[in-house]
Formats: sequence, C-alpha cells, structure tokens
Amino acid sequence: MKPLAFALALLAAQPLLADSNLPPAYWSNRQLPDPKQEAQAQTLMAELRCLVCQGQSIADSDAELAGDMRDLVRRRIAAGEKPSAIRGWLVQRYGSWISYKPTGEPAAWPLWLAPLALLLAGAWLVRHRISFGPKR
Amino acid sequence: MSRGLRLIPIILLLWFVIGLAWRLVKPGDTAIPSQMVERQVPRFQLPAAIGNKPGLASADLATGQPRLLNIFASWCVPCIGEAPVLRELQRRGVRIDAIAVRDTPGALNAFLARNGDPYERIGADRQSEVQIALGSSGVPETFVIDGKGVIRRQYIGPLNASNIPGVLGELEQVR
Repeated sequence: MKPLAFALALLAAQPLLADSNLPPAYWSNRQLPDPKQEAQAQTLMAELRCLVCQGQSIADSDAELAGDMRDLVRRRIAAGEKPSAIRGWLVQRYGSWISYKPTGEPAAWPLWLAPLALLLAGAWLVRHRISFGPKR
Repeated sequence: MSRGLRLIPIILLLWFVIGLAWRLVKPGDTAIPSQMVERQVPRFQLPAAIGNKPGLASADLATGQPRLLNIFASWCVPCIGEAPVLRELQRRGVRIDAIAVRDTPGALNAFLARNGDPYERIGADRQSEVQIALGSSGVPETFVIDGKGVIRRQYIGPLNASNIPGVLGELEQVR
C-alpha cells in the first residue's frame, strides 16, 4: 500500500522552478521561411556551444539561453548577416570556447598534426614489423 | 622490440587513468568568463522593467561615476541570496543598475518587495539579448563599470558578504 501511495504522490510533484516566466523567443523553435537561410542557420547553430548545457550545441539544447541564441542567429541571418560574422561576434563575447569549429590557433595544432603523426607511426611500424620479399 | 618500447602502452594507459582520476577528484571550472572585460559596454537600450523606475541604456553606464551592473531575474533563486549584499553595497553609497533577464513586471515587483530594491534603473531584457552582448552566461552576474563605461571586472554567480570589501575597493580603484 505504501509504495502505491508514494507513486501516487509523485504524480502530484512539480518540477523545480528554474526557468523564467516568459515563453520562448519567436525564432527559437521556428524555422525561417527561406529554406536556404534556414540551412545556413542550422549549420551555424550546430557549431555553437550552449552556455548552460556545456556539452551540447545550441541546436540540441533545451536551455532558455540556447533558445534565445537560436533566435539571435536566425534573426541575424534573416537580416542578411553572414554566418562567419555572427560566429565572430559571439567569439568576441565568449572566446573561442563558444564555437565547436576547430580554429588554426596554436592550441589546436596538436589536433591537426595528430593524423599526420599517427600515419607516420603506422608507416614506421609497417616498415619494421613486416618484411617484404623472400626470406633471408 | 626493446624493453623500453614495450613499456610505452602501459605508460600511456597509466597516464590516461591518472588523468581521469584527477578530473574526477578536481572537476574543471565550468564558468565562462566574459571577453568584454576591459572593453566598452556594447551599445544597447532597454525599456523599463517595472512601472516606477527608468529603463537602462549603455549611455547611463558612462556618467563619470563608477557603478555596478547587476544581471538578475525574479525566477533566479541565488539572486535572493545575493540581495542583502547588494542592499548593503547600496547603503554604503554604491550606485547599482540592473538588467532583468526574461522577466515580467508583476513577478519583478513581487521579488523587489520581498528582497529589497537597491537599483537605480532596471532594463527589461526579454530575450537575453543584452545579456549575450555582454558575454554573460547566466544569472546572477555583476559587472564593475568605470566612469567611462568600460567593464573592469565580472563576478559570475551570487555576490556574498565576503565580496563587499573587494567590490568597494575596485569601485574606488577605477574612479
């Protein structure tokens, strides 16, 4: 009986109030009428990092701030701004942290060099572990 | 293969496990500092958030006197904890303006009636637009702004009583 009463009580539970009392911004969950612009917005939003759910992009996040950022991205793209300019504007505010797109700055060099280094290591292994031609 | 080379995978594994354990014990800092510190407040103009108080524009933050800019909201629980600290700062002569993020006049009035109102102006930022322009990533946050309207310091999260001497010192320093 007790577990049942507990389960019933859970039905009456309210989620903790951590969100604002305003509805989502207009463009946060609405596509732009122009499919080309919407595609641009989608590509950019998938590469911008959510400030609240820090492992997600703003395209995936349900946080209100992510919704407001989607609204900002779509409004600016609809106004004719280039995605790279919008990304730059955000990087100016939050640093390169906000963008998932790897940059050419020194901190990212290991990322670019890793494939080359692994390829060289593989070639070295092949050269030394496998012998070609007739056995001596 | 020589003995030393054979140890490499084990060393790599140990290094990896130690790295994981270290981050479990000491998680990284998730606060995202604003890159706008030491830069001019971006241009903005926000309407009044409640009836009997003016809204906030960037020009109001460059009046020759240093001031605090508090980013808060009535739906933000840590903002309640911060309220007595802001009241104390105001009592000591600090001028505080605010941006209310995603808020309604009714909820704001109730919040101010309950927790006190240390603000000279409150701008209504209904879509977090100015918050994003300032490089702020949540509520509450507090910016120390000098007389020329340049952001000199950002506090992420609620201020507490131990911050009071520091904030007063910074306001004196940027005068």
